[in-house]
Amino acid sequence: MKKHVDARGLSCPEPVLLTRQVLQDQVIQEITVLVDNKVAVENITRIAENSNCQVKVTKQDSDFMLTLIKIK
Amino acid sequence: MQKHALIILSGLILGISAVLLVFMGNPGNYGVCIACMLRDVAGALGLHQAQIVQYLRPEIIGLSLGATLAALITKEFRATGGSSPIIRFSLGFAGMLGMLVFLGCPVRTVLRLAGGDFNAGIGLIGLIIGIIIGTMFLRRGLSLGRAAKMSPANGYVFPLFILSLLIAALIIPSFFFASKTGPGSMHAPLFLSIGAGLVIGIMAQRSRLCMAGGIRDAIFFKDYHLMYGFLAVFVAALVGNLLVGSFKLGFIGQPLAHTDGLWNFLGMLLAGLTAILLGGCPLRQLVAASEGNTDAVVTVLGLLAGAAFAHNFGWAASAKGVPQAGQVAVVLGLIFTLGMGFALCKFKVGGEVKNEKTCGCQGTFLS
Repeated sequence: MKKHVDARGLSCPEPVLLTRQVLQDQVIQEITVLVDNKVAVENITRIAENSNCQVKVTKQDSDFMLTLIKIK
Repeated sequence: MQKHALIILSGLILGISAVLLVFMGNPGNYGVCIACMLRDVAGALGLHQAQIVQYLRPEIIGLSLGATLAALITKEFRATGGSSPIIRFSLGFAGMLGMLVFLGCPVRTVLRLAGGDFNAGIGLIGLIIGIIIGTMFLRRGLSLGRAAKMSPANGYVFPLFILSLLIAALIIPSFFFASKTGPGSMHAPLFLSIGAGLVIGIMAQRSRLCMAGGIRDAIFFKDYHLMYGFLAVFVAALVGNLLVGSFKLGFIGQPLAHTDGLWNFLGMLLAGLTAILLGGCPLRQLVAASEGNTDAVVTVLGLLAGAAFAHNFGWAASAKGVPQAGQVAVVLGLIFTLGMGFALCKFKVGGEVKNEKTCGCQGTFLS
């Protein structure tokens, strides 16, 4: 199952909190997270990698889209 | 370890600079303290009339300009705002009351500890408890709401204010109040202070160094990245203090400190709690304010206002101890902050989590 998190406009650590909440759900395999600042990208990437996820970041206009895929 | 190199380097530079600044004239264990320095700046601007703590600390100006410079070069400068400004202002205000009762921000807590001041150990325990309470609110979904993008002009207001202070101070030094005696009169040479501030500002912007964040992430996410920065500040300052002979172990006779354990504890508990609700310690708020984040600017204004009130009405502690008015202020600050925490958890205004649709709906791919 896929989920999408829209964390634009939120400041540290809220984007990480939202993402982690979804990451902890066992049935979710892939999460896309939309954020608008570099700090959130770094923080989410770190937390995701710590929880065994592959992270891909793509720039969308002035926002960043992170794709997190759980590695089994 | 390589991905932690920058944060460790930033911590080491901050720790060494702090010892150097004290060696060159700043008060003891006061090489870098965002709370005390903003308090001195508030005094220099005439916002409070405590004549012994008035000085336009060049470290603050350098730090802010360094962060702005780094953000501009890396294109991270973004004007944003509108995420609960009045709450941020009041949390900054309340946090400052706590820090002025302890006599230091989270950065100075570490620096005092690295100077052998055991009172700071009690402060640190308070800070950690405050952070733990703060993370309980985070767990319950506390959110200050979304900030919106703004016209870039908004983001330049704070950096231009800081730049104006610098220009005014260089052209007409007598423009600002400056202490003749007391801690405000003790300072390192101007250009050393500005230079150290600049370097710390650049490093803190790049590494996102945050003392309260370090403890928060370690407790909450089991992520120790920011904690390495925290530890690096401690190690660098400890080694530095031992080398220059400014290390003194004990509770009594520590520079700019008192021995009232209960209020050291409660003051920093308030500081830690407000820092977590705000998303960062005063250092991080100052850096964010310099990157175009107008919500952080409002927080810094709250910190300045808190310092002004604390010294105009005699709430701040001194080496003699904590005045009764200061104790009342901390208790009221704690009640207010806890109340805000509960209220912010109840009315969720944060981000959204949605199931992704498989159809290619136009404009949005959210259900």
